[in-house]
Amino acid sequence: MNLILFTFIVLLGFTSYYFGRKKAYTIQYTKKRLTALPQFYGYYLAIWCAIPAFIIFSLWAIFEPTIVKLLILSDYSNQGYLDNELNLIYEKTKSLSRGQFTGEITPFIEASAKKYINLRSIAQSSKVVIVLSAIIASGAYAYKRISSNSRTREPVEKFLKAVLFTASLAAILTTVGIIFSLIFQTIDFFKVIPLFDFVFGTHWYPAKAFVRDSSEALDPSMYSDTFGAVPIFAGTFFIAFIAMCVAIPIGLMSGIYLAEYASVKVRQYAKPLIEILAGIPTVVYGFFAALTVGPFLKEIGNSMGLDVSAESALAAGGVMGIMIIPFISSLSDDVITSVPQSLRDGSYAMGATKSETIKKVIFPAALPGIVGSILLGVSRAIGETMIVVMASGLAANLTLNPLESTSTITAQIVVILIGDQAFGDPKTQAAFALGMSLFLVTLCLNIVALRVVKKYREKYE
Amino acid sequence: MKKNGVKMIKISSKNVDVFYGKKQALFNINLDIEENQVTALIGPSGCGKSTFLRCLNRMNDVIDICSVKGQIIINDFDINDKSCDVVRLREKIGMVFQKPNPFPKTIYENISYGPTIHGMAQSKNEMDEIVETSLKKAALWEEVQDRLHEPGTGLSGGQQQRLCIARAISVKPEVILMDEPCSALDPIATAQIEELIDELKKDHTIIIVTHSMAQAARVSQNTGFFHLGELIEHGSTDKIFKNPENKKTQDYITGRFG
Repeated sequence: MNLILFTFIVLLGFTSYYFGRKKAYTIQYTKKRLTALPQFYGYYLAIWCAIPAFIIFSLWAIFEPTIVKLLILSDYSNQGYLDNELNLIYEKTKSLSRGQFTGEITPFIEASAKKYINLRSIAQSSKVVIVLSAIIASGAYAYKRISSNSRTREPVEKFLKAVLFTASLAAILTTVGIIFSLIFQTIDFFKVIPLFDFVFGTHWYPAKAFVRDSSEALDPSMYSDTFGAVPIFAGTFFIAFIAMCVAIPIGLMSGIYLAEYASVKVRQYAKPLIEILAGIPTVVYGFFAALTVGPFLKEIGNSMGLDVSAESALAAGGVMGIMIIPFISSLSDDVITSVPQSLRDGSYAMGATKSETIKKVIFPAALPGIVGSILLGVSRAIGETMIVVMASGLAANLTLNPLESTSTITAQIVVILIGDQAFGDPKTQAAFALGMSLFLVTLCLNIVALRVVKKYREKYE
Repeated sequence: MKKNGVKMIKISSKNVDVFYGKKQALFNINLDIEENQVTALIGPSGCGKSTFLRCLNRMNDVIDICSVKGQIIINDFDINDKSCDVVRLREKIGMVFQKPNPFPKTIYENISYGPTIHGMAQSKNEMDEIVETSLKKAALWEEVQDRLHEPGTGLSGGQQQRLCIARAISVKPEVILMDEPCSALDPIATAQIEELIDELKKDHTIIIVTHSMAQAARVSQNTGFFHLGELIEHGSTDKIFKNPENKKTQDYITGRFG
């Protein structure tokens, strides 16, 4: 029913566009000058027809269930039911009305279910009536207002602006919502685990928290030495460092090659091929690292007499670096290509060779963009999850030996949140605390990146 | 410079053809350029005058599809010969472009760029001296001496173009090629550059491409007129402007086409 009504609103919106335009043409036909192109009259009418109806439709969808629930439960008020008991009654009523109820049917519930069905059908039909009359009323109003001197261009432009604004607002509000959910859970976490222990503790062993019996009272002292985040922070940065050691040189050099040396034909094929790397799902990289690179490194290490873990930071970081190459190479290729040809000409005309020109003129000119691409790569490396989970193990060792296994923030969040979790448990909240710190780290990176780029720009522009 | 009353020829082009892909842009250009004189190349847009200018320091090498045939002799040496070292050639033949294109570096670094890549200064003092003389010769020293370490891109358009001229003369080239150096500048900056060109011809041979016939008449001693990829007429500026032999030259100079 809702779908039909919705489709109807949309269809009516489209048709009214043609009506509005037709009326405008008619006015034009009588040799009167219009204040806007005929399409604007069409859009104007379409907006007036569809938008009020659509707003009523959405408000109805939001408030109808709440109101129905209130009306149903009003029969049970003053009978001393608790909130969750009332909820249960309402759920029973709903499932009975759908004929899916399997338990014992009491007369009370049966009566409620009947009332529920009744209310819903009233609501449905009144919704259809109200929405349709809204369409007709606002549509007729707008249609009447269309005349040779009515203003339609400005309202339509304003409407478009409002739509675009709403779209960006939605993105911003989502971000804010996510941040707030992180913040509240994190605060709860730090009520149990002291901030100091989290930031400076060197033992990360959340498995210890798994063994708690949920009926037991929460005893903060049992979590001492459990949530010390130093090893996983160290692991995160260490693996990201290894990844960038692979990605920056290779990515930059291939970017420079593509932009400056490659012929049009080579570039035409090489660039999409490199960008395919970016399209490979990270889970594929993950098993490539875990099943191919890891064992390979272990074998090489063994043949040289080194003790290499099958799940090593080197394998995970190296493969992660390969994953990041296309970001850096493609972006730096773009910024290098966008350096004006006149600078190259100026340098060549001075007798500079190609490599001198790149090193001394092109590279400095492209540096803000290159720094940007590198920092983008770093935040990818820090946020990358799958490769680490699969290839570097889950035990949070505090080590700087690339041949041992280590773990990262993202991998630990996965470990914590896989399977059943209890909300309000420090173990679960630890994931939020980690998410929050990850967010802070990337935020700082972005701020630093922006400042670096800005400072450089000020110097050279 | 005259030796025994005969003007010295600095550059001599013989049967130069230029192709962009299959399209021929220049047809059999034969032009001698006198030493320590200003030679102006004029002609309507797309006539090939800039292309010819770019042949003289082999800047056309940068364009993949461009090929040059024929001989261009500078100091008894054909620069289109395989043995020619482009780096050395461009050290000897500087270039100034239509749009000022200072590097995104400081004023000092803009000037020291050429001397550094050609290893012309042994010490910081020597480099300071090169920078100072170059800027003085480009009549920019007075304006920028207190802010040598500020970005060159922060200067005004006319100052930027003089910076580019200073950059070009920093390596003491024998020839300076100028590709419409004033087309992006206002009349005052144009007058300054023209004055500068007059000054520079004492030490350098100058070839200037220009759209302004008044400018060609003001600054040059010799003029070549290009049309549709051919060199129609060349000779002393006086003669070209007052008494052209070719009908096309006359039409162009009097503004009847172009």
